[in-house]
Amino acid sequence: MIEILIKSVFQENLALTFFLGICTFLAVSKRVETALGLGAAMIVVQSLTVPINYLIFQGLLVEGAWGWAGLPEVDLTFLKLISFIGVIAAIVQILEMSLDRYAPALHQSLGVFLPLITVNCAILGGSLFMVERRYTLPESVVYGIGSGIGWALAIVVFAAIRERLRYADVPEGLRGLGIAFIVTGLMSMGFSAFVGVTLP
Amino acid sequence: MSRKSNLHHLTAPLIDNNPVTLQMLGICSALAVTTALDTALIMSLALLTVLATASTLISLIRAHLPSSIRLVVQITIIASLVIVTDQVLRAFAYEISERLSVFVGLIVTNCIVLGRAESFAMHNPAWPSFLDGVGNGLGYGMILMVVATIRELLGSGALFGVNVLPLAVAGGWFEPLGFMLLAPSAFFIIGLLIWAIRTRRPQQVEANELVILTQEATDQP
Amino acid sequence: MSRNSPVGLWRRFLALPNDSPTKTIGVAFLVSLVAAIAVSTTSVALKPRQEAHIQAAREANLAAMIATLPGLADAMRETGAETLETVVVALETGEIDPSIDPAAFDFLTAQTDPTQSQQLAAAVDTAKIGQRPNFAPVYLLRGTDALALVVLPVYGTGYQSNIRAYLALHGDLTTIAALSIYEQGETPGLGTRITDPAWQALWSGKQTTDGQGDVTITVVRGSATTATEVDGITGATRSTTGVSNLVRFWLGDQGYGPFLKRLKAGDL
Repeated sequence: MIEILIKSVFQENLALTFFLGICTFLAVSKRVETALGLGAAMIVVQSLTVPINYLIFQGLLVEGAWGWAGLPEVDLTFLKLISFIGVIAAIVQILEMSLDRYAPALHQSLGVFLPLITVNCAILGGSLFMVERRYTLPESVVYGIGSGIGWALAIVVFAAIRERLRYADVPEGLRGLGIAFIVTGLMSMGFSAFVGVTLP
Repeated sequence: MSRKSNLHHLTAPLIDNNPVTLQMLGICSALAVTTALDTALIMSLALLTVLATASTLISLIRAHLPSSIRLVVQITIIASLVIVTDQVLRAFAYEISERLSVFVGLIVTNCIVLGRAESFAMHNPAWPSFLDGVGNGLGYGMILMVVATIRELLGSGALFGVNVLPLAVAGGWFEPLGFMLLAPSAFFIIGLLIWAIRTRRPQQVEANELVILTQEATDQP
Repeated sequence: MSRNSPVGLWRRFLALPNDSPTKTIGVAFLVSLVAAIAVSTTSVALKPRQEAHIQAAREANLAAMIATLPGLADAMRETGAETLETVVVALETGEIDPSIDPAAFDFLTAQTDPTQSQQLAAAVDTAKIGQRPNFAPVYLLRGTDALALVVLPVYGTGYQSNIRAYLALHGDLTTIAALSIYEQGETPGLGTRITDPAWQALWSGKQTTDGQGDVTITVVRGSATTATEVDGITGATRSTTGVSNLVRFWLGDQGYGPFLKRLKAGDL
């Protein structure tokens, strides 16, 4: 379990190794506080959706799941994509309503990127990896938390670098988005150094 | 709603309001599918179809969409469109759909579709929404094709699978740059592309957040 | 138009405030219904065309395999065979199952379907495939008096992707005729060199066993020294190890081992 946690944060970082969720990654990383807020939101969403999607997948979609109703051959795994996204959309909607009520400043600064967590490939990717790697329920919980932390870590570090870049003499055309792309490329090259690391 | 302003929805997203280089949408897939030109082309066409249709449909029902379920409804529409597109591809263009099976599914999570639905289609009538969808699809496609051209040419010496630069292993002079086939290269290429665009369109340049004050400005009068 | 006519009801429904519970549930239900109808009709209507394509692709795969395995086309011409005989083998016992129609057998689905495969314990799962299908297609080329060629579809996990290949054995069932890798997603420029014709040609003529009957074919680092070793590829150790592992797995007892034993004994 510890191995799943460490791997999901470093070797298989959703943002820097698999490049999932990059739109939000680039857009909400100008300030460390906003990045921290979004990172926390991602951890919450990811930790909730991966286990819930596991339960839905095993309980409703796999072949044999409907055996109790007398329909053991029914195999609904082709609905996995749309049901996962449905769950994610519902959880994000709830999160948006809670933020609007309890943390309006954060809600305001996240803007359109809060509903975009719904289609953040990282969240859906996490659930799809969980299915592909056949995690059990406890492993799904650990993986959800770990991959969320990994993505949050990447965006906070990135935001910290971008804050420093404000003082740098970047050419006009590269200022902002352009240099952000290049820094992300360099960061991902750095994270690829973790790939060969195995825990004892 | 003059004809001039509607055409604007079609042309603005090409460079002035490009989804990838300015709005920061649709980037994940821009990294994965741009290793070859044919996958980039098909992905762009598929996205354009889904985007235009989804924007139009969402715009048509926007007046009656309760805000508490709007995200889920938008996603349902988008996901259904993607599944239908995937089925049609598999029935009429099987070889291509085999190569693209994973990527077509990625359209569901492509930020552009939901992003434009939330920012534009929810607040505008059907025809402008349709044009906006087509325009953004074209803008996205343009960036994808440019990046794919560079990556395929320098990474494998080919364009659309047809060998253009004589490869060293086949006796020529061109040693392919393996780095071009890895994802970080797409980041660098897009970054440099943004630099080029903003040099030609200075109004897109982001304002300097920290303005260095001159001595005169801070001197007391 | 009475208030309870369908059009009247529809108008009243649309006139409800958006946040009312009735409207919310109504809109949600309607959108789901329309989406479901659209998706199901498309899937059902297009299924026949898709099936036809899949069938054509399967036949093209077989033809492509015949084209890629060097010498196979010649061997076929020599024996006068038009095409390879496809049989479906039960991997556990090694017997040919005549009740399964080889043309309709979907190997790809069988590989991951829990009802058509068996979970493998980690200790024996050297190809890292998770589960092993109960049945597999095998392609035979029978010569005039003996078996000329056996082609086994094999697959396993490489460094970062699934590797699929055809392993062709000569009639003695221990000499490799060819290895043809037709699907992989390894590191471009490094792992993908396993598809270099030059490297695949190294497998031809190698022995799968050491004479004692144990599967000993392997990919070594550097140059091969014996007839059961294949040269490695520098910089692609993990990918070549993946290929080595999957070949050994499928030649072993968990794979086609029982089938090959029966074939050799002349039971089939």
